Amino acid sequence: MKCNRLVDAGRRQFLRGGMMATAGAVASTVMTPEQAKAQAQGLARVDYPANRLANVADLEVNEPLDVSYPDPDSPGVLLKLGQAVEGGVGPDGDIVAFSVLCPHKGWMMSYSADDKTLNCPGHHSRFDCESGGQQIWGHATSNLAQFQLSVDDDGEIFANGVDELIYGRLSNVL
Amino acid sequence: MAYKRQIDRLPIIPADADEFNVSCHYCIVGCGYKAYTWPMNKQGGTAPSENKFGVDLSEQQFMESEAWYAPSMYNIVKQNGRDVHLVVKPDANCVVNSGLGSIRGARMAENRPSRVTGTQQQRLSDPMVWRNGVWQPTSWDDALDLVARVTAKVVMQGSEDDIVVSMFDHGGSAGGYENTWGTGKLYFDSMKIKNCRIHNRPAYNSEVHSSRDMGVDELNYAYEDYTLTDTIFMVGANSMETQTNLYLNHMVPGLQNGAKMIVVDPRRTLTIASSEQYAGPENVLHLAIKEGTDMALFNALMTHIVDQGWVDSDFITKSTFQGGEAVEQDAAHPAGLGSLDYAMQTCRTSLDEAAEICGVPAADIRQAAEWIAQPHDDGSRRKCVTCYEKGIIWGNDNYRTIGALVNIALATGNVGREGGGVCRLGGHQEGYFRPSEAHVGRPAEYIDQFLIRGLGGVHHIWACDHYKTTLNASEFKRVHKRRSDMVKDAIDMAAGGTREQVVDAIVSAINAGGLFVVDVDIIHSQIGQNAHVILPACESNEMNLTSMNGERRLRLSEKYMDPFGNSKPDALIAAGIAQHMERVLREMGEDAYADQFKGYDWETEEDAFMDGYGSAHTDVTYERLRAAGNNGVQEPVLGYEDGQLVGTPRLYTDGVFTRHGREDGKALFCAAGWRGWQAPGKAREQAAHRFWINNVRANIFWQNQFLDQDNDFVQDRYPHPFVEMHPDDMVDLGLNPGDLLEIINDNGVTQGMAYPMPTLKQNTVAMVFGSPAGSQGNVVNPGVNELVLPDYKHCWGDIRKISDATEQTRNISFKSHEIML
Repeated sequence: MKCNRLVDAGRRQFLRGGMMATAGAVASTVMTPEQAKAQAQGLARVDYPANRLANVADLEVNEPLDVSYPDPDSPGVLLKLGQAVEGGVGPDGDIVAFSVLCPHKGWMMSYSADDKTLNCPGHHSRFDCESGGQQIWGHATSNLAQFQLSVDDDGEIFANGVDELIYGRLSNVL
Repeated sequence: MAYKRQIDRLPIIPADADEFNVSCHYCIVGCGYKAYTWPMNKQGGTAPSENKFGVDLSEQQFMESEAWYAPSMYNIVKQNGRDVHLVVKPDANCVVNSGLGSIRGARMAENRPSRVTGTQQQRLSDPMVWRNGVWQPTSWDDALDLVARVTAKVVMQGSEDDIVVSMFDHGGSAGGYENTWGTGKLYFDSMKIKNCRIHNRPAYNSEVHSSRDMGVDELNYAYEDYTLTDTIFMVGANSMETQTNLYLNHMVPGLQNGAKMIVVDPRRTLTIASSEQYAGPENVLHLAIKEGTDMALFNALMTHIVDQGWVDSDFITKSTFQGGEAVEQDAAHPAGLGSLDYAMQTCRTSLDEAAEICGVPAADIRQAAEWIAQPHDDGSRRKCVTCYEKGIIWGNDNYRTIGALVNIALATGNVGREGGGVCRLGGHQEGYFRPSEAHVGRPAEYIDQFLIRGLGGVHHIWACDHYKTTLNASEFKRVHKRRSDMVKDAIDMAAGGTREQVVDAIVSAINAGGLFVVDVDIIHSQIGQNAHVILPACESNEMNLTSMNGERRLRLSEKYMDPFGNSKPDALIAAGIAQHMERVLREMGEDAYADQFKGYDWETEEDAFMDGYGSAHTDVTYERLRAAGNNGVQEPVLGYEDGQLVGTPRLYTDGVFTRHGREDGKALFCAAGWRGWQAPGKAREQAAHRFWINNVRANIFWQNQFLDQDNDFVQDRYPHPFVEMHPDDMVDLGLNPGDLLEIINDNGVTQGMAYPMPTLKQNTVAMVFGSPAGSQGNVVNPGVNELVLPDYKHCWGDIRKISDATEQTRNISFKSHEIML
């Protein structure tokens, strides 16, 4: 058994509802739900915020970094895979980010550095971080929601959108 | 790049949306779902009062939330002629799945035909008749008139034995009690069709004759037995991959309660890998036997259990036959049946003998026997639930092998008790109610060979695609196409003629060796390419449908949408054929025969249900089943009390065994004598080729691949049928992941995509069964057992590269399927 690199017990508990009180701690770059709702009601698609996740210099190859997008209630992982992948950004084309909520039943997944996959401890679904979050095997009826990234001249990494519905919300921007 | 739906938001189910009970119609487990529909120009809101869940949807929902649904659970469908929103999501209150959705069932909504969203446009909408060199859409009356005229004429000039019928016998999907009765009444009551077969095998027979002959119905337990047991003994099955929510919702809690797990399978399956995670590797025993040697293993387990005195003597005395031989081996019984002592004279096998035959250590076999039957330290008996499926059903020597497995359950008293049972795991749900099939005989006719020999003139096909799911498929397809092309040519030559002239031309072609093919299906199938008349059926939830699952749980899965286009329930199509037969036969002056086709004045599927199943089970009605909801009632239904149907959680709790029809109520043991490869040609084929071509299933499209050939999420993952191989074998053959290959032997050729699987033994491949893009049946020889049960599992071939990976196959993930926690 590999150690669980990404998820600590507190975050698991959060998703079970034990840490609701912290939900008010919203980062300044994130819209409040009220703002998002106001925009979403007038548009055909939700209006994604552009949130800074990290700087390229913060990333080590194959060392997952906890992030959240489009708001703190949607946990994700930022990865520098060490090898260019389709959809990867940054100078090496190898930086990607995914939701870590399993699209099957919303369990928090853990990252396996051994084969660069996200794995669900609940029912054993697996997603390939090198193939756009394709479900390798599992029960989810979609591939993993990937955060669309961009990198500016200073190496700042921004998330700008999501390509699948994130588990636990009927609108990606709440 | 992986397929993404690019959906950022879904319509919210309003608080007053209509709600329907749904049993997933794909697999045997029959998970409970709820369907919600509401008008197009209406939507729920995020406030608790504005949505069906009564929760604040402006907040992130937690894990295992009931208040979330995936894009695959949403669609826009027709209901009473109007477009409506549809959500189909798992039912947390169903005891079968407790809110778990599978990768199949949780796509039911997306796999509904919709002219608005464009899903499942492969579905048939109108009857079609071969005319002017193509299939022309037409009316039901026109199509059914042609079917009736040709069928009637062929019967009257010959006999009903010239009509060949391939028909589903299962529940779920487009089967169920309604539709098996509709077809059954037509072919076994109005007619006495002898030359018929079932969708996945070349005869009309049971897949578990020996279990039934021993008195033990193959579905005798309750799913909760997996949580009550000491040991789960799984043979030739891979429930994590197939009966997924049976595994996750019942077997896993059993393992977490401390149950041991024994899996008999030549390959390491995901069930083994996941069980090691859930139970700890020390509680999982994998017996990776050589292919086809299961019976020798079971006989050694039985011998050890008997010799150690771990049998249940009271049960054996009270509930099993005591007088030596009860049924002698004959043409209908591939093994003798009788008392335990009688069977042991044949079955006796030492651990060492079995170790030699099966290629596993004797110590592992001893360990398995201990886990199955050794009493606990306090002297109490050990409970063991035994489950099996295609690994032995489609394996070597079906009758004796299953008999040898049921022997163990009987000897240890593990039938009819909590934590016991000896059951097949199943594929589809069940839903069989037909008039007697006794006229078919036993052994039944080997229908594929009957057609290949040029016999039969009319072939009615009901939701069967023998291009994908038969053995010796290469030859079958060649002959079926040649014979049906003769009739197509005749129709083309008769173009412009009257109906009478066209029918005469068709019958002339039949008399010259041709075959007139009527295909009833929900999609244009591959065997449908040979059809002259195509009749569009609908499936579960486009009609009301009753079925029972693997623990005999009967539910009504409710109609929530219209059939696609002009398609109809199979039961009503069968009724239409009968009505046209009656009319045409009267025109022909055959009044007596025409009278046999009376009694089909059904307006709805409920009428068909009440005419069949309802006539024998008077307590059961649609209204009562609707009230019983997704938990339904376990069959047999014993009555109706206090506003509820009363069922039977497990069979044989009284120790009286009845499935064989014996008046003494005693179960029989099977004299399962090991004889190596039973089916003709297997030993020679094994010696002649390098690779064992095992056929396997995949959770992503098990039991619904016919729909998923038009599903982008699935096609993106597996654009070609996978052929899993050991990486060293791939290197040896110059194959990279995703390369296309073909498998060759004397029976034919099939093709697939190389997929590395390091856990496989070398010189073994695991190819997905029944793929539309590469039929494994092409390379399976025609060998069957005495009762015409196919041995699909044993097939050997050589492998050759066809091409480098395609653009599609190059980009998919080839990583291990096993969880990495």
